[in-house]
Amino acid sequence: MTKTEPPIIQINNLWKEYGDNVVLERVNLSVQAGEFVSIVGASGCGKTTFLNLLLGIEQPSQGEILLDGEPLDPEPSVERGIVFQKYSVFPHMTALENVMLGQEFSESSLSSRLLGRLFGSARRAAKAEVLDILEKVGLGPAADKYPSELSGGMQQRLAIAQALIRKPRILLLDEPFGALDPGIRKDMHKLTHSLWEEQKLTVFMITHDLSEGFELGSRLWVFDKTRHDQQAPERFGANVTFDIPLSTGQENPEQLAKLQAVKPSAA
Amino acid sequence: MTRLINRQPSRYSRLVLGLLPFIILFVIYLVTSDARLAENPSDKLLPSMGSFADAIIRMGFEPSKRTGEYLLWQDTFASLQRLGIAVGLSAMIGLVIGVFNGMIPYIRSPLSPLVTALSLIPPMAILPILFITFGLGELSKVVLIVIGITPVIIRDIQLRTDALPSEQLIKAQTLGGNSWQIILRVVLPQTMPRLIDAVRLTLGSAWLFLIAAEAIAATEGLGYRIFLVRRYLAMDVILPYVFWITTLAFAMDWSLKRISILAFPWYHSAQGARND
Repeated sequence: MTKTEPPIIQINNLWKEYGDNVVLERVNLSVQAGEFVSIVGASGCGKTTFLNLLLGIEQPSQGEILLDGEPLDPEPSVERGIVFQKYSVFPHMTALENVMLGQEFSESSLSSRLLGRLFGSARRAAKAEVLDILEKVGLGPAADKYPSELSGGMQQRLAIAQALIRKPRILLLDEPFGALDPGIRKDMHKLTHSLWEEQKLTVFMITHDLSEGFELGSRLWVFDKTRHDQQAPERFGANVTFDIPLSTGQENPEQLAKLQAVKPSAA
Repeated sequence: MTRLINRQPSRYSRLVLGLLPFIILFVIYLVTSDARLAENPSDKLLPSMGSFADAIIRMGFEPSKRTGEYLLWQDTFASLQRLGIAVGLSAMIGLVIGVFNGMIPYIRSPLSPLVTALSLIPPMAILPILFITFGLGELSKVVLIVIGITPVIIRDIQLRTDALPSEQLIKAQTLGGNSWQIILRVVLPQTMPRLIDAVRLTLGSAWLFLIAAEAIAATEGLGYRIFLVRRYLAMDVILPYVFWITTLAFAMDWSLKRISILAFPWYHSAQGARND
């Protein structure tokens, strides 16, 4: 990946405020296609607000976010896939139907637009594609199960498959493994890493787990406030205080030490 | 000795314990009825089992001497027809308005205050208006039930729609769904089991409105018959009719629950064992 390529995400002088409360200030960043950005920071420092801005459910107070050089849609759209910590999947649909919904919404056929469903050969083609991706995330045998019959880890696998089916330009992960057991979390890391390499995804992942951020990311952002006012803590917003390139797959002890040295002030 | 709160009756003793109050009530009835009839054989207040059997045979299995109809079945059919049309209509209106109120702010703003205001009108208070407007026929009875239960269903469905996690709606948007597709595929199916719950809960009020309307102006129907024979203190007819209405209500409630379990297994498995 060379720096001469135009960035997939360009953030220019981004501010987000709620009344007097400044959450983010002067954020200027650019991300190349294929990067895996891990986002860490103390609670309340604007990580989730930043993700909501990328997702389009909140709008910047100032500045702009460009996707492929164009301003983002002001509402969630197919360019952005999302996996939340929970409630990402539809409880009334089987795993297969959950993933197929993406295609059923998108076709230009009349049945898709009127009923949100596909029939006949279009349905068969969609189904084959869905089974393929379910197989990839390890849910092949569970295609006909409802989410309530799946474990927490399998539900997150399903949520990832669902987010990938429309081939989004960027994939947003909001603490996707926060609710999982450590062992299952390791499996999910492997899956996420292999999907990222194989499908050349651009990923933004919020995490509370620093080592998870290091392990998966190709780049790590730390959100923190650079200016503090003791009398009015809400007057200044957070920014990305550390932007660390990572060689993925291994933890860099030097970087980790450096970061942990600054962490206490962030927490 | 385990604590009382931790002791569970077995399957068999649960059945016996459940039946016990009914048996006790039945025995009390038999004893008091016998005592009254021993004192005054023509007492009408607590008829014997024999007079119940006579009344049931007379109403249900012999043609009426005046019209040649089987009165019990005629009444049942008339009442169930009114109830069925009204409840079906209410469920349909409730589902559509409830979902749109919950999902589309530009529909909710004008409609929600109206629904709240309408739901506060006591339906019985406007029954005269309905009789004046829609006449004394079937329509006014159906309209009374619809006015009585639809606001409750609307508000219940709207609450259910509001309670959908916002994550689901965002996810559906990132999958490319437009408003209509999202309502149809994501919201509507998830409110259907709740609609059945709402109908089950409002069935009691529906019967209340039905019988009230029939008592005031009708020529057939279960409520009409009860209020007609009241003039002759005919407890031997009234009590079997009440029992029959209760049975019908129970059967409806039970079938709705079965339908819900069969049609929406995902809803009931997620709810766990709390479905009694």
